[in-house]
Amino acid sequence: MRVWKFGDNINTDYITPGRLNLTDDPRELAKIAFKEYRPEFAEKVKPGDVIVAGKNFGCGSSRETAPVALKAAGIRAVIAKSFARIFFRNAINIGLPVIICKDADKIEEGDVLEINFKEGWIKILNRNLVLRCEKLPDFILDIIEAGGLVNYLKKHKGFG
Amino acid sequence: MGMTLVEKILARAANLKRVSPSDIIIVNVDIAMSHDTTTPLAIKPFFEIADSVFDKNKIVICFDHVVPPANINAAILHKKIRDFIKKLGLVNVHMEGVCHQILAEKYVIPGYVVIGADSHTCTHGALGAFATGVGSTDIATVYALGKIWLRVPESFKINIEGRLKKGVYAKDVILYIIGEMGADGAVYKSIEFSGKVVKDFSISSRLTLTNMVIEMGAMNGIIEADEKTFEYTGGRGIPFKSDKDAEYEEVFNFDVSNLEPQVACPHNVDNVTDISEVEGIEIDQAFIGTCTNGRVEDIEIAARILDGRRIKSNVRLIVTPASNRVYMECLRRGYIQKLLEAGAIVTNPGCGACLGRHQGVLAPGEVCVSTSNRNFMGRMGSPEAKIYLASPAVAAASAVEGRIADPRRYL
Repeated sequence: MRVWKFGDNINTDYITPGRLNLTDDPRELAKIAFKEYRPEFAEKVKPGDVIVAGKNFGCGSSRETAPVALKAAGIRAVIAKSFARIFFRNAINIGLPVIICKDADKIEEGDVLEINFKEGWIKILNRNLVLRCEKLPDFILDIIEAGGLVNYLKKHKGFG
Repeated sequence: MGMTLVEKILARAANLKRVSPSDIIIVNVDIAMSHDTTTPLAIKPFFEIADSVFDKNKIVICFDHVVPPANINAAILHKKIRDFIKKLGLVNVHMEGVCHQILAEKYVIPGYVVIGADSHTCTHGALGAFATGVGSTDIATVYALGKIWLRVPESFKINIEGRLKKGVYAKDVILYIIGEMGADGAVYKSIEFSGKVVKDFSISSRLTLTNMVIEMGAMNGIIEADEKTFEYTGGRGIPFKSDKDAEYEEVFNFDVSNLEPQVACPHNVDNVTDISEVEGIEIDQAFIGTCTNGRVEDIEIAARILDGRRIKSNVRLIVTPASNRVYMECLRRGYIQKLLEAGAIVTNPGCGACLGRHQGVLAPGEVCVSTSNRNFMGRMGSPEAKIYLASPAVAAASAVEGRIADPRRYL
């Protein structure tokens, strides 16, 4: 598992550049993830890796190709100090786990993490450190638990 | 405690007496929209939960991001969308401009809940509607069920007072505000604009203002509908107003009397400065268009500045009217002729050069002055190109001089 660290205001044009995301195939989208902003990402990312970012991760365009590309690339979770609203919804909707952690910058590349979305904490196992995270509303946790919005709606036969 | 107009619109759409910030509510949608970039990823989730749409009349599909398709991949995606449209028998299908301009011209009225699979759906708040952007899975479920879950946002109020100087426009005002607030200054907030300057703005200028609230992270921007709004919608819509004792998380007051033309420098929209700081930077392209600044009022300013002049040799000026209706009105008024005589390239309506797929892609090292809303690295082509965001007046004056120029000497 590897931690990929990013700064503040990472926009969806950096995640899946507009010129390149002319496909609906998740595997093809995984190949263009951060292609220009961080060219080694798509090549070196491994299933189970985690993204750790600063403020306002996923700002800009509403393109769902951004979380789809990260999920298809094997990203297990995105941890950020805060998220842009649309990316946050899109990630939850497609079953890419996201968690808001004000202390995200305490996580370092190379750390091994255990994440509990339901209770809202991250354990840095190699340093015996626990970071408190924002606890999401039960409704959103239910969507995450169902594996995304479509599964949630199937399970509950609509919004109930 | 009273309610804001956004809370009132959302309460009505959720069949509730009142709603408060942080409530999670299920809302009935009046207009749902997606386009050629966001529809493809909506098709699979849609058919997982439905085989017909909730209401054909409330769904709008626009082809605008790469129209007509500029390459085989784009054409394949268009074809998938056209098959989806045929299969569902959808009726509101447009290939005649930017989705937000089409919605503002034909569909949105005050009091509506507008959900669009595009981040700049916030534009429609200018018409007194609650409008916000979502992604493909969300829009797929709206197409199926006619409903969406929303978390009621906390509200900011932004009062804009004073009197704008000549050569300073709504674009300068919103760039200035974003520069002050920051790219994450309003994440998840609802922004209600008020004040004399907003009241005096045309509908076109108001659309420019609300269009860019997403660039500070806001969920939506809104302007209370007034006589101008109802004149624009032919009297249709519900005149919601915020209560006097409505609760705002924060109130911001901006006096714009001394505001100079503003420019957002590479590579962030909140990297805003007075034009005097960047005047003289040589440019390769000027782009006038988009959901931010591609309306008649914007093209009129450009035509006025370019009337009887030639753009600088070796510079590209690209003008993309926001819709066919805008294009036809500009033709009728003679603006298009003036732009062509000045040496401009006038393209078909759509998103055009804004997102770097066609109609004016930047080479490494090139510099563009653009009236669009994003200057992110790589947005309009090479990641080594630079994008400066500004008003149509700045873009036109810069095309004349071949460098970033203050438009006031041409007005």
